[in-house]
Amino acid sequence: MIFSLKNSSLKNYLPLKLLFQKKSVIFRLFILNLLFSTIISAQEVKNGQVPKNKQSEILIQLKNELQLLQQSYQEKIKQLEERVIKAEQALDLTQDDLSETQDDLESLAIDVSQQGNIRSANTFNPGIGMILNGRWLSYSDNFEYKLPGFFPTEESGPGEQGSGLGESELNMNANVDDMFYASVTLAFGDEVEVEEAYIQTINLDHGLNVKAGRFFSGIGYLSSKHSHSDDFANRPLPYEAFLGGKFGDVGIQTTWLAPTDLFWETGVEVYRGDSFPAAGASNSGNGVWTAFSHLGGDITDAQSWRFGLSYLHADVDSRATEQGDIFTGTNKLWIADFVYKWSPNGNRGEQEFKLQGEYFNGNDKGVFSSMGNELTDDEFDRDQTGWYLEGVYRFARQWRIGVRTSMLSSDNIPTQFIGSLLDDFGYSPEQHSLMLDWSNSEFSRIRLQVDHNKLDDKQESVWILQYVAAFGAHGAHSF
Amino acid sequence: MIFKFIRLNKLHVFVGILVSTFFLSLPVFANINVFTCEPEWKSLVQELGGDKVSVFSATTGLQDPHQVQARPSLISKMSNADLLVCSGADLEIGWLPLLLRRASNSNIQVNKPGYFLAAEHVRLLGLPKVIDRSQGDVHAAGNPHVHTDPKNIRLIAKALVKRMKVIDPANADYYQKQADDFLIRWKKAVKKWKIQVKLLKGSKIIVQHASWDYLLDFVKLEQVATIENKPGIPVSSGHLHLLVKQFKHNAADVIIHAAYQNERSSTWLAKRTGIKSITLPFTVGGTANVTDLFSLYDETFRLLSNAILIPIALNM
Repeated sequence: MIFSLKNSSLKNYLPLKLLFQKKSVIFRLFILNLLFSTIISAQEVKNGQVPKNKQSEILIQLKNELQLLQQSYQEKIKQLEERVIKAEQALDLTQDDLSETQDDLESLAIDVSQQGNIRSANTFNPGIGMILNGRWLSYSDNFEYKLPGFFPTEESGPGEQGSGLGESELNMNANVDDMFYASVTLAFGDEVEVEEAYIQTINLDHGLNVKAGRFFSGIGYLSSKHSHSDDFANRPLPYEAFLGGKFGDVGIQTTWLAPTDLFWETGVEVYRGDSFPAAGASNSGNGVWTAFSHLGGDITDAQSWRFGLSYLHADVDSRATEQGDIFTGTNKLWIADFVYKWSPNGNRGEQEFKLQGEYFNGNDKGVFSSMGNELTDDEFDRDQTGWYLEGVYRFARQWRIGVRTSMLSSDNIPTQFIGSLLDDFGYSPEQHSLMLDWSNSEFSRIRLQVDHNKLDDKQESVWILQYVAAFGAHGAHSF
Repeated sequence: MIFKFIRLNKLHVFVGILVSTFFLSLPVFANINVFTCEPEWKSLVQELGGDKVSVFSATTGLQDPHQVQARPSLISKMSNADLLVCSGADLEIGWLPLLLRRASNSNIQVNKPGYFLAAEHVRLLGLPKVIDRSQGDVHAAGNPHVHTDPKNIRLIAKALVKRMKVIDPANADYYQKQADDFLIRWKKAVKKWKIQVKLLKGSKIIVQHASWDYLLDFVKLEQVATIENKPGIPVSSGHLHLLVKQFKHNAADVIIHAAYQNERSSTWLAKRTGIKSITLPFTVGGTANVTDLFSLYDETFRLLSNAILIPIALNM
């Protein structure tokens, strides 16, 4: 038998194969044991004690045992593998938790550091912003800016030829406490002027908002804005003619915002009545009152709009011109305004279109004493209208182009005023403007504008080159 | 006399509009109204608030959050809000303060529980060394785009749910349950993303605008250049040519820009240098398939992996 083991089938003899493979000591002993028992039984067979069928039986048994053994080992290996995976996972989780805890601690440290900051006195400095505005103007020497039929105001007109400083503004603003916000804007031209100085509530709820002090009126669309944010270098003709460019005075304003998803804001204002179109702070220093209402909303993400209707009632006590014309009476003014904006997906950076227009209807009623008419005091009642329409298109990130048309017209005046300041001599002043501006960043802008004026029988072009620069506190993007 | 008649008519119209508007579009009443400045926070509030909140986002994923105007619809939405959730760190400085004043809503004024700024709850990166606008519209407080690191979302969610519980105590348990559920799902997702981005570690990246500091930190990417080197100022052709020179031979792995940004300069640079340029969603809604915070990062890391790993695999 031993002899026969040495033949070629020896390599294929399973127990021996197992014996020489890398297995544990116990396993080898077990195999040896098996081998011995095989040899013994083989001996028995040789001795004729074991029949041939017994031999195959033993082989089958052997095979079965081996199979069982294999199975149990595979299971053990599987279990071990599972344990390793579990341990690895646990370690991973601990690492995750650790990094999360680290994040938590950091965030806690941020909270603590924010509470524990040592604040110095100037931490409470207000937001300070400065707007610089310069311009260069060119028009022919015989051009005279005059709006026939309209009462001239101090600041109307394009300004002097050549280079000059426009109004530079210094603004300071801050929350006063949990209830009030305050803002002061000083304008530096030839002299320093307080453009706005007001306090405003911020927490009244129910949509209520009260503003008091000197401020620009909420009537119309452009009125409440500072001119540096305008799309053109000057205000359109109706603003110049009816409001002297802008309307601001000392007063109090209350607005109410409806609790609707549609924007609906309504306001009333009472002013002292010292500024054009009012004069003389009549009616015990309550010379002007206004009312306005604005509706607004979005149409898809790309478009938004606002529509407004406003009324201004001014008591005028001795409004005088430099020539000595004097008007006393009442001035009523209706304004309808709208603005529409479009940008692709509402992303304004690269492309934006804006369409804006306002219609004015004013009425002067009272007594007019005209220098040109040898100081005859006479009753007077007349309507005047004006409108403008402008479109501005941002066609590249830094570039915008805009066109604007403004027109004014007056009803006929009583014959005794013919030839006076109030006589429009049959002219309806109009102005057509074209502008191109370039903004290096949000904070600087250079603009070229040409106004084609047909104010009376003459036609005149005015060229304006303007820069606007803002520094300091970040300005607000109002609509 | 005719004019008097006209004036009467005008008055009628005026009053008519006032009255009719009052009955238009009455607000929807949910338990709490949440005004969010950016869509990523809208998505987070929806995760935490479930059906107890109605959420509005002032911007979409295709809009530049720096550029927004305080338009009428936003004033109305804000005046009805119980909670305001914005990025902070001066991202919304051009329009949020104005909206807060116009809305006249005491719930959400600065330092009220209803005033929640995400940037206050995480470590800010990208603090400028020099605060001067000659460097562009720098964010003095640090980079405000904190949502581009998924780990920050976890911290912000934890802080936000605390606020929601304060504002709406009646539903406190509900919000906590929602938050616990969200945080478990988020943890699993972050683990998955961490494994996913392991191979991207150390990749060299060129960004169009410095909006990605937090993402770079999470993936451990190396930002080798910024195309818009002065934020808010369009890139000069000089700087672009310099970049071409720099990266022609010393290639970076990928150029990235946000969906709302103009891709012109990125594609230009890509063409000249042979570096692949990709559009990342940046926030929820940036691309059509990004509908929540989970899909935002799934898509971001999928796009990054495709752009960086496929060329490497092809070269092997």
